[in-house]
Amino acid sequence: MFAYISRRLAVSLLILLTVSFAVYVIFAFLPFDPAALTCGKNCNDPGIIEANRHRLGYDLPFFTQYFLFLKGLLFGRSFGEGAALINCPAPSLGYSFQQHACVTNLIGEALPVTFSLAIGAIVMWLALGIGLGILAARFRGRIVDQLSTIFVLIGTSLPTFLTGLLLLVFVVIRWHLIPFPSGNYTPFFENPFEWAQILFLPWLTLAFAYAALYTRFVRSSVIDTSNEDYIRTARAKGLSEGVILGKHTLRAALAPIATMAGLDFAGLLGGAILTESVFNLPGLGRLAISAVVKYDLPIIVATTLLAAAIVVVMNLIVDILYAYIDPRVRVA
Amino acid sequence: MTLLKVENLCVDFPTPDGLVRAVNKTTFSLEAGETLAIVGESGSGKTVTNLALMGLIPPRTANISGSAIFESDDGAINLLSMDRNELRKYRGKDIAMIFQDPMSALHPFYTIGDQIIEAHQIHNKVDLKVSKARAIELLELVGIQGADTRIKAFPHQFSGGMRQRVMIAMALVNNPLLLIADEPTTALDVTVQAQIIKLLEDLQKEFKMAMILITHDMGVVAGAADRVNVMYAGRIVESANVKDLYANPLMPYTQGLLSSVPRMDRPHTNRLSAIPGQPPSMIALPTGCSFNPRCTRKSEVSGSKCETQMPELTPRGNGHLSRCFIGEGV
Repeated sequence: MFAYISRRLAVSLLILLTVSFAVYVIFAFLPFDPAALTCGKNCNDPGIIEANRHRLGYDLPFFTQYFLFLKGLLFGRSFGEGAALINCPAPSLGYSFQQHACVTNLIGEALPVTFSLAIGAIVMWLALGIGLGILAARFRGRIVDQLSTIFVLIGTSLPTFLTGLLLLVFVVIRWHLIPFPSGNYTPFFENPFEWAQILFLPWLTLAFAYAALYTRFVRSSVIDTSNEDYIRTARAKGLSEGVILGKHTLRAALAPIATMAGLDFAGLLGGAILTESVFNLPGLGRLAISAVVKYDLPIIVATTLLAAAIVVVMNLIVDILYAYIDPRVRVA
Repeated sequence: MTLLKVENLCVDFPTPDGLVRAVNKTTFSLEAGETLAIVGESGSGKTVTNLALMGLIPPRTANISGSAIFESDDGAINLLSMDRNELRKYRGKDIAMIFQDPMSALHPFYTIGDQIIEAHQIHNKVDLKVSKARAIELLELVGIQGADTRIKAFPHQFSGGMRQRVMIAMALVNNPLLLIADEPTTALDVTVQAQIIKLLEDLQKEFKMAMILITHDMGVVAGAADRVNVMYAGRIVESANVKDLYANPLMPYTQGLLSSVPRMDRPHTNRLSAIPGQPPSMIALPTGCSFNPRCTRKSEVSGSKCETQMPELTPRGNGHLSRCFIGEGV
């Protein structure tokens, strides 16, 4: 197992290196002059542009720039000299001239927001999707199943920005079911209640779409598994239907859910752009989208790389986890 | 003592194309300690008969009628009319079943030990350690080497034959009165088949249990069974003790089955004969005797009786029953 994990780690590193190079190529060869972008919209002074170009190292050859970027990741990096010296400690992902901040710090602020959003949403959609999926499978063809089909249809067809707005309009403004999520995002460790209150609707919005997909998947997985020979064996042993479902069917039916959930969670951690925008949450998605709008290239590179890294790492975690769930894939 | 008495068992599956009568008024009985073989082609109703007895046909998918009186340890019960929750107490305890494909019949995520222990625990209020010891004892009995360590292995770590042994150990863990073996050797290598059949025979004597052996292998029948029921299109067409059946098959279908088996004691110049035609569609059974379109001897019956009338299963002496107009009333 240890050898397997180390081998997978090495491969993951290689993938990340490749991704970082690819992202950096896009960054370097986009038809924008990163130096010109650093001095604002109406900046025409070639002197300032050239000075910034030199400060940020954009005048260096491509491979030197890429090498400095990687070096910055490991050892930190400083830009300029003298009074204008800017130091971004490791892991440095560059410096955003438009926000006047090290990119790592910006990400450090945005990541907990996105993580909070993703973790709450996944808990909700797993509970809802798995619960409803099992019920629909158990009472196949009956009213619960038909209602779940309607839910699945609505959930998969509504885009999240619409779900979010509908929830805001009806649940909060019209029906006053929950108070208006007032104020800005509050970190969990500052005030967990306010944290949850502000994130509740965003969680619901995301969970709604994912829960629909999971309901569908769990339903068919449970039905497929209950037709397996080993379920007939369990029944022949004299086990009750409850034990057959809870222990024998679900164990096998839900194993693929671990893979699915891990990858969906990774995708969300990369930034839930629409949901963060609708609910004005300062997460990674919003950081990335505002950077795209403003051509803030260092942030674009960093967020892309981070999203890729999260997916790679999550894949690894899921694979290791799966070996614990399914003894057949365990490596000797 | 009669252990099981099945009367007029009918199993109908409603399908969009019409009603499929998979088992049609089947009547037979089984003595304690006896081995009854049920033979027939695929779709002849062998498996459905036994799934119905075990209560393993999903409710609402089939209409089951008739009666099956089973002499359990706590008195006679009717397996077909019993509440499903009540029947559960006898399943795996008094009646156990092993299946055709040991590759898929064991749960891939649990160790074989867990699965056998579970089977023991449901029906016995004993400490886990007792169940574990019992599991090891049975694994040794079915010939698993190093049972005390192999108990922690997963099904995929065993070969097909070994898995079938594990299935047998699991079925016998509660000393059943009746073991239903549904084509236990069909999915196995020929060399392993003989070992498994031998093992079942030995264990049957040791456990003093009755056995219903479902198979389409006439060789297996000859070696292991006391009595044979031949099924065709959902009906029993011939029933006799094994010696009688091989020496004097009365129904042309049985004769066809027997002559399609290669025999070492016959001149090898003879080509193996096959029964012509296909098994009938269960939705549109032929009128008269279900076997008449394939029967090579219907010219021996006067008129068109075979095409218009279903023969009854009638006694022909010495407990031999046959559903055929040929030799009727002789």
